[in-house]
Amino acid sequence: MVKRHDGRAADEMRPMVAKVGIIPNADGSAMFSFGKTIAIAAVYGPRTLHPQHMQNPATGILRVNYDLLSFSVADRKKPGPSRRSKEISKVTEWALAPVLNLEEFPNTVVDVEIYILQADASTRVAGINAAAMALAHAGLPMKDLVTAVAVGKIDKELIVDVDKEEEDFREGEGATDFPLAKVSTKDEFTLLQLDGKIQPDLIPKALDMATKACEKIYELQKAALKESIGGNK
Amino acid sequence: MENEISEVQETSEAIPETKREIVIPGEIIVSGDDYLPGEGVRREGDNIVASKFGLAEQIGRVVKIISVTGSYVPRRNNVILGRITDVLHNGWLLDIDAASSAFLPVAEVPRYINQHEMSQFLAIGDIVSAKIWSIKGRGIDLAMKGRGLGKVEGGFIFRIQPSRVPRVIGREGSMITLIKEDTGCNITVGQNGWIWIKGESIDQELRARKAIEYIADKVNVGGLTEHMEAWFKDN
Amino acid sequence: MSAMNVSNLTKEYLVKLFAENKRFDGRKNFDLKDFQVEYGVSNKAEGSARVKLGKTEVVVGIKLQTGEPYPDSPNAGNLMVSGDLLPLASPRFESGPPKFDAIEMPRLIDRMLRESGFIDLKKLVIEEGKNVWTVIVDIYPINDDGALIDAASIASVAALRNAKFPGLHENGKVDFDKKTEERLPLAEEVIPLSFTFFKLRDSIILHPTREEEEACEAKVTFGVSYWKGQYMVNSCQKGMKVPFTRDELETISKMLPEKHEEIVKTLRTKLDENQKA
Repeated sequence: MVKRHDGRAADEMRPMVAKVGIIPNADGSAMFSFGKTIAIAAVYGPRTLHPQHMQNPATGILRVNYDLLSFSVADRKKPGPSRRSKEISKVTEWALAPVLNLEEFPNTVVDVEIYILQADASTRVAGINAAAMALAHAGLPMKDLVTAVAVGKIDKELIVDVDKEEEDFREGEGATDFPLAKVSTKDEFTLLQLDGKIQPDLIPKALDMATKACEKIYELQKAALKESIGGNK
Repeated sequence: MENEISEVQETSEAIPETKREIVIPGEIIVSGDDYLPGEGVRREGDNIVASKFGLAEQIGRVVKIISVTGSYVPRRNNVILGRITDVLHNGWLLDIDAASSAFLPVAEVPRYINQHEMSQFLAIGDIVSAKIWSIKGRGIDLAMKGRGLGKVEGGFIFRIQPSRVPRVIGREGSMITLIKEDTGCNITVGQNGWIWIKGESIDQELRARKAIEYIADKVNVGGLTEHMEAWFKDN
Repeated sequence: MSAMNVSNLTKEYLVKLFAENKRFDGRKNFDLKDFQVEYGVSNKAEGSARVKLGKTEVVVGIKLQTGEPYPDSPNAGNLMVSGDLLPLASPRFESGPPKFDAIEMPRLIDRMLRESGFIDLKKLVIEEGKNVWTVIVDIYPINDDGALIDAASIASVAALRNAKFPGLHENGKVDFDKKTEERLPLAEEVIPLSFTFFKLRDSIILHPTREEEEACEAKVTFGVSYWKGQYMVNSCQKGMKVPFTRDELETISKMLPEKHEEIVKTLRTKLDENQKA
């Protein structure tokens, strides 16, 4: 069995918090945290898309912006988009788009703004979990939620919900970070990224581990949404 | 134009006292062939599944979802309040708090307007109450002919979350009637969440706004009318 | 929420309302909004605070870096204030190159902090002429419902007071894994704060809501602090086209100490709680 530095079991996530309706100005908003990683998300729209030449008369489009607040990391991040944040914005957009149906809103845009207040790895998946709740909170047509988690591998062992210390593991086969997102109640994966060293036959195992973890996260997302409009947990 | 408007036309979505349940996109609401999918739900095999977040409600065999959050989605025949943002040669452009702006053609106002007096009739920044006549790909067309529609004068407007409009209106207008009677104000509630208030005194007008904001903030609680009556006693 | 720009109707109504010293939320023209302070927004920051001023919410984080001093001040550390109007916080904030308001906000806070002498930059020297601390204040609104700069000033002071130095490697670079218990060299009594007065016709108000702020035609921001037993104005900037009259400015000037004291009264208990923690 793998021994994790904080004593978690391989399939155990850090304590999680989910809250919906945190930004009164937004049409939908939410926060999600895995341990010390805190993400907040706001949704605005559907609203008119500028510039006009980007409009699609067949459907509304989804536009995602992900970034770190400059003090969310030890080495201060220079304000403004980086190559990293641009890439994460785009893969997050692709992770969320499959559940959204914006055909009712031609020529419009739905903006999703994701910011990381405090980073301890797994920031993009925390961001996706927050954004999925915020999109639902905005009352948009969605066939399902999206739930995300980072599976990892330290040396030879698979783990879920990678933190910074695990991400920096250097011994044996080293550390692998495998962030995933899926349609919450379906067997469909919408985000796949990987950095590290992992045997091909471990991939299906990692997917199963992610699926199990996502079931728990999904329950939290549901409860937070229901609670936000006065429902019981 | 008389400001004696206030007849709010759409009360069909006002909260009925039926069993309602909060649902999440993707959640199964009910199973069985007997049910018909209405607004915001779909059929998947045996199940009726939620396609948006809100309150699921069953009326007869039809299952639908009422949104309680999110931005305004315009519907045909909605009476809305809008703000003039531009004066064109053949009509006016309005911000109605929707994803696209709306157009009010000069032919759809109650009297003949000469091209030179367009701005005298409705200037940029003016507020009108109008009805959504049609919704096409890029635009929303408005009409301002009919009882209670026209330029709004005096008083003020403010905004509540559009999804809270039904509870402010109440069943068959009961809630808004209660607020009007207590405060003596004229009130128009646009389906887009913009609300106009004009009364006898500033204090009554402020009281009416406070009452409306109070009820708009109460999400998913029963007995709204009793809440409002109690509020009026305490305030 | 789409932006409901102020209508002619509501603007005229606000003129009438302010003339009677009344406001939609029940306050009088110069009444302040209630505010709350929380610490610990980010454990990656050397200090941080969240301030809710009415429905406006701002987070501020303090980061410390080391480096060579500026040639013209070899025996002083540096202060840098930055910030952005995140599109997350309002339907009015757009992504892309910063608009004027986004540039102005950190500049106003910078001047307020710098001129007040709140931070003793001379005590930020590690090795004279070679290595000094730079204090970086990053300001982000989370929800804008007016009076953003005033909220940012409270959050900046709270975050600075919350900050502790990180450790240093032997080479003089920051060791972020090593936290110290040492606080920044701040002047206890100074507490710089911003007060932005908004003008609509003949009325002036403080701490507007977004709806009120949009209706207003001019604004003026004062950075005020308490220095050696006296109130001091440290910075000032008038914004927008409409002028302020001499008498209006006199009224505003005379009010500054009282408003400063009012905020400090609440803030002081918050700062003291933090000091003990």
